Amino acid sequence: MKRLLLFISIVLLLAACGPQQPAALTVMTHDSFAAGDSVIKAFEQTNNAKVTFVKSGDAGAALNKAILSKDAPLADVFYGVDNTFLSRALAAGIYQPYDSPALKNIPAEFQLDPTHQALPVDQSYVCVVYDKAYFASHNLAVPQTLEDLVKPEYKGLLVMENPATSSPGLVFLLATVKHFGDPNYLGFWKNLRQNGLTVVDGWETAYYTNFSGSSGKGPQPLVVSYATDPAAEVMGAQTPPPDSPVGVVLGPDTCFRQIEFVGILKGTKQLALAQKFVDFMLSAQFQADMPGQMYVYPVVPNITLPDAFTKYAQIPTQPATLSPDEIAKGRDGWIQAWTDAVLH
Amino acid sequence: MNSMISHHDGTKTQRRSNLRALVPSWLNRPLLWFFPLSFLLVLFFYPFFRILAYSFNVSTLTTDNLNFAISVLFFTFYQAVLSTLLTLLIGLPSAYLFARFDFPGKSLLRALTAVPFMLPTVVVAAGFSALLGARGWINLTLMNSFGLSAPPIQFVGTLGAILLAHVFYNTTIVTRVVGNALYHLDPKLEQAARSLGASSRRVWWNVTLPLLRPSILAASLLVFLFDFTSFGVILLLGGPRFSTLEVAIYTQALQFLNLPLAALLAFIQLFCTLVFSILYTRVVERSAVQTAPRSAESNVRKAKTPNEKFFIIALCLLLFALFILPMFALPLRSVSRLDADRAQLGPIQTGLTMDYYSALFVNVRGSIFYVPPFDAALNSLLYASATIVLSLLLGFPAASALARPGRLEKILDPILILPLGASAVTLGLGFIISFGRLLTVPWLVPLAHTLVALPFVIRTLQPALASIPDRLRQAAASLGASPFRVWRNVDWPILRRATLSAATFAFTISLGEFGATSLLTRPDDPTIPIAIYRFLSQPGGLNYGQAMAMATILMALTTAGIFVIEKMRLPGAGEF
Amino acid sequence: MLELSNVSKTYDGQPLLRGISFTVDKAETICLLGASGSGKSTLLRMIAGLESPDAGGILWDGNDLASVPPHLRDFGLVFQDYALFPHLNVFDNVAFGLKMQNQSKEKINSRVAEVLEIVNLGEFENRKVTDLSGGEQQRVALARALAPRPRLLMFDEPLGALDRALREDLLNELRGILRRTGIPAIYVTHDQEEAFTIADRVLLLHDGLIVREGSPADVWANPESVWVAEFLGLGNVFEGLKVESLKVKTKFGVFAMKCGHKHQAGEKVHLLARPLAVEKEANMIRGRVRDVTFQSDRFKVTLDNGLFVYLDEAPKIGQKIEVEVKIECLG
Repeated sequence: MKRLLLFISIVLLLAACGPQQPAALTVMTHDSFAAGDSVIKAFEQTNNAKVTFVKSGDAGAALNKAILSKDAPLADVFYGVDNTFLSRALAAGIYQPYDSPALKNIPAEFQLDPTHQALPVDQSYVCVVYDKAYFASHNLAVPQTLEDLVKPEYKGLLVMENPATSSPGLVFLLATVKHFGDPNYLGFWKNLRQNGLTVVDGWETAYYTNFSGSSGKGPQPLVVSYATDPAAEVMGAQTPPPDSPVGVVLGPDTCFRQIEFVGILKGTKQLALAQKFVDFMLSAQFQADMPGQMYVYPVVPNITLPDAFTKYAQIPTQPATLSPDEIAKGRDGWIQAWTDAVLH
Repeated sequence: MNSMISHHDGTKTQRRSNLRALVPSWLNRPLLWFFPLSFLLVLFFYPFFRILAYSFNVSTLTTDNLNFAISVLFFTFYQAVLSTLLTLLIGLPSAYLFARFDFPGKSLLRALTAVPFMLPTVVVAAGFSALLGARGWINLTLMNSFGLSAPPIQFVGTLGAILLAHVFYNTTIVTRVVGNALYHLDPKLEQAARSLGASSRRVWWNVTLPLLRPSILAASLLVFLFDFTSFGVILLLGGPRFSTLEVAIYTQALQFLNLPLAALLAFIQLFCTLVFSILYTRVVERSAVQTAPRSAESNVRKAKTPNEKFFIIALCLLLFALFILPMFALPLRSVSRLDADRAQLGPIQTGLTMDYYSALFVNVRGSIFYVPPFDAALNSLLYASATIVLSLLLGFPAASALARPGRLEKILDPILILPLGASAVTLGLGFIISFGRLLTVPWLVPLAHTLVALPFVIRTLQPALASIPDRLRQAAASLGASPFRVWRNVDWPILRRATLSAATFAFTISLGEFGATSLLTRPDDPTIPIAIYRFLSQPGGLNYGQAMAMATILMALTTAGIFVIEKMRLPGAGEF
Repeated sequence: MLELSNVSKTYDGQPLLRGISFTVDKAETICLLGASGSGKSTLLRMIAGLESPDAGGILWDGNDLASVPPHLRDFGLVFQDYALFPHLNVFDNVAFGLKMQNQSKEKINSRVAEVLEIVNLGEFENRKVTDLSGGEQQRVALARALAPRPRLLMFDEPLGALDRALREDLLNELRGILRRTGIPAIYVTHDQEEAFTIADRVLLLHDGLIVREGSPADVWANPESVWVAEFLGLGNVFEGLKVESLKVKTKFGVFAMKCGHKHQAGEKVHLLARPLAVEKEANMIRGRVRDVTFQSDRFKVTLDNGLFVYLDEAPKIGQKIEVEVKIECLG
């Protein structure tokens, strides 16, 4: 047995090491990261590099891993911190500042970190998404505002994610905090609870099990999800439909803007290559690939979006926002208060 | 013919030293333990206690936190006890059914009841929702037939959903562990009881159950620990109103980034696991009976009396309703058009389709993370095979030592179970600070799967190993068989069945494992569960359909795997 | 051939064997006879290498076996519960040892047939061992032990689980087989009849020591100690006081006999009164008949003073009798 184990480990070690790559770059991401094969290959060819992606769980898990492995970083670049977690990441000091020349193309509203440790890559919007067929067949007007959601005609129609376990759930909670103010937002939530709010653990359950507009064909026609869903439903259908089955409620503060950041991890031995990769993520090539892969909007202006985006989705014009510091200060308290108000 | 009942005139000490003399110096007891323990030390204790030491903070011990911990602990315990009892309620008759009766479709039914064990929670939740959800088949049928306006059955988000899902997942543990023991039980003991005037019910209560007690306890402990550390089921089917320790650890560690409180909870969870394991070891020690192995064919028979026939049919129907129906939703959905309902917004195609399966073979979005289904299946099978080999290699020595427990084993026995009861989230974080960049080497995946599978493998092998009288090994040794050949020609063929059971556990655990795999695999070599999650993390009918198709492939692969393992005729197995 | 020198073994602080020495010679069958718990089975397991002695040596042809593992000792072992492999049939059980020697198929086939013939199980090759009767199973166990031609055969209470008639048959068969094959053997039992039937030499084990060793006839004739006489049930054992050189006084009367030189007048001695009536003996025992039991070819007569004798004809209860018997000094 000893010899067998030894043999196995030698074989595995050999298999793991393989021939030496020219320059290896490791990029840590959350699980939802996606990118086009050709785009990444192009970067590798230009820079004679091999990029390895390490997916490390959802956004919270990935950040935690980056923080825990601060002294012996698992990767050179870390993508996936959003504005709800940004302060935490900056406070932990995991990034090495990089004032990328590409930043000059990016509007200031996305550059939430003046120290340039975390650089904005994409923006997305958590909104209330509705099932077009349901409202059409029930002759019901689609809700327009957050206030509409507590009206009796929408009783029992909304499903959302638990802010304590899910990023879109948390972001939607932040939108209500922004809209109603602290502590008035709790009144809204108590009313929403009275109005038959359904809370589930995460996005997959909310969208695929509970939402009636998706393939899961669940019971609720309103779901807290993303502004790009109408486009995604078309792009992710086996035969492109004439119209998207879902729509987005675009009222004041019904959407909250999420910005995702990339940063170079302290202790990288591939600093130059890591910087090139960050530049690359902010380049037009990557920014144009992103929407079709991850269903997010670029932060660089004037990027051509996929057809479905321009046809079925739009960037919310009146999104709610809170500064990373406000979020950092209030977050845990808001989640706790929300839990007490809605779940207990 | 009492020949098979082993004869003891030696004390416990004598038997123990028999083994020592039988085993050559290079394979004595410490060495039996060397590999299993080093394995646990490196892959479990070291990372786990490193993360606890890293994050634990005395200032966490506030009254608020402790009250919180206690209330969570209470619910965790409460639902786990209920779930375990319910699982036994279904599992014990099923074990009896599979171990004692022969009926058409038995192998398939048995393989199918093992499938839930490895299905990802998201998929199971989808299956249950399709069946019992507000717009599930049962509710729709009831609403249509009785003209109801609201779904009569509220399933998701109830304690009932948690309990049912736990039964769904874990019944196979009871069926396998207890069924194994039942299979090996000498029917003469039951016949003797019958001849002494006991009714069949009293035979079951006074003879069979007490003899099965060690295996029932072993199965209960495994089931309990699974329920106690339940995570996905609570989140997905229980909903946000329910929280177990593991869920609380997850929220504290990964959402609130409150590692000290997470560490406190993880410590409580580990401590409880240790207490349960020690209690279990004590009880088993007192109730263990050595029953010699015997040819078991006479045990399995066709139903004779109407009562027996009724029992078989009723139980098969129940198992079908409980295990097959929820799973049935997946293959059905994987071949149905799944685009969202568009009402008057445009034509919608309904009907059967193979599109989702063919789409699996196409890199639709040109993604760098696209993996053909065949590769994902191959990855899964490779990891599963490595897990079987590794967990058997480590499990056999540990189970052999445990089968003849000495002072050392009394301490080690409960410790071996700990990985099952430890917080997976915490262990995952422990891996990060302990292994760093090693985390992405592919062979860490089967090692992590082995960590989960090992307690099962050991629990399955140990009672079988203990049931082989030493005299058989001594006889073989006196006939010139070296210790290896004793193992190869005596232990192994007699243990074939238990070994197959153990291998099945390792196989299904590895095939369905998601948590550790998602942490350890590189995106370019995902397993099937990982691929399922990838599809489910984006909206769109094609993604959903592909996830269902992948889940169906996973189910088919598992069923086939279990089937093959069970039908496998190992060389040298003789006709036993 | 086999030699044990000063073998000792302790269990849980209690000495079980305290310096055992004996030898087994070529073609010799020795029998270890002792009560249960006397350590005879342990001794056997140590010879087989399944346990190791705390002290002392076990040698074969002068070579210490301490470092030889059981499977390389080439000693056959037959257990009381047979320990047949339940997963193998008769043929495979018997062939087991031959396969361990990696013998050719033909050789295995012919040898298995040969030994099955020896134990009178010629037609049993394909039977399942779990379907055999106890006697048949024991024959298979014997065949299995014989097949690899061991240099020593050991039997651990091999007939204990069988009924009396079967036991006698098998015992005689076994004796014949051992004589024919000439394999030296050690036979462990607590049954003196078995021991005396099969053994060339008997070793009585008591209190961790060999208290008597000799041919069955010798041991029977000269038990030499109270324990041996009582264990073998040789007759009435009682205490007496040596009064003068040839006289011992007991509560059953004064008997005339020689005791070893070492005994002085006034010393306590133990006497054995054999229960058989013998003519022209100097000593006799007397008493009133309390009980008579029939024992196939004779009657056991118990007297009111506790002594017993064997008589050809049954006396009446209450009758006063005198019987001439042989009385020996046990020292």
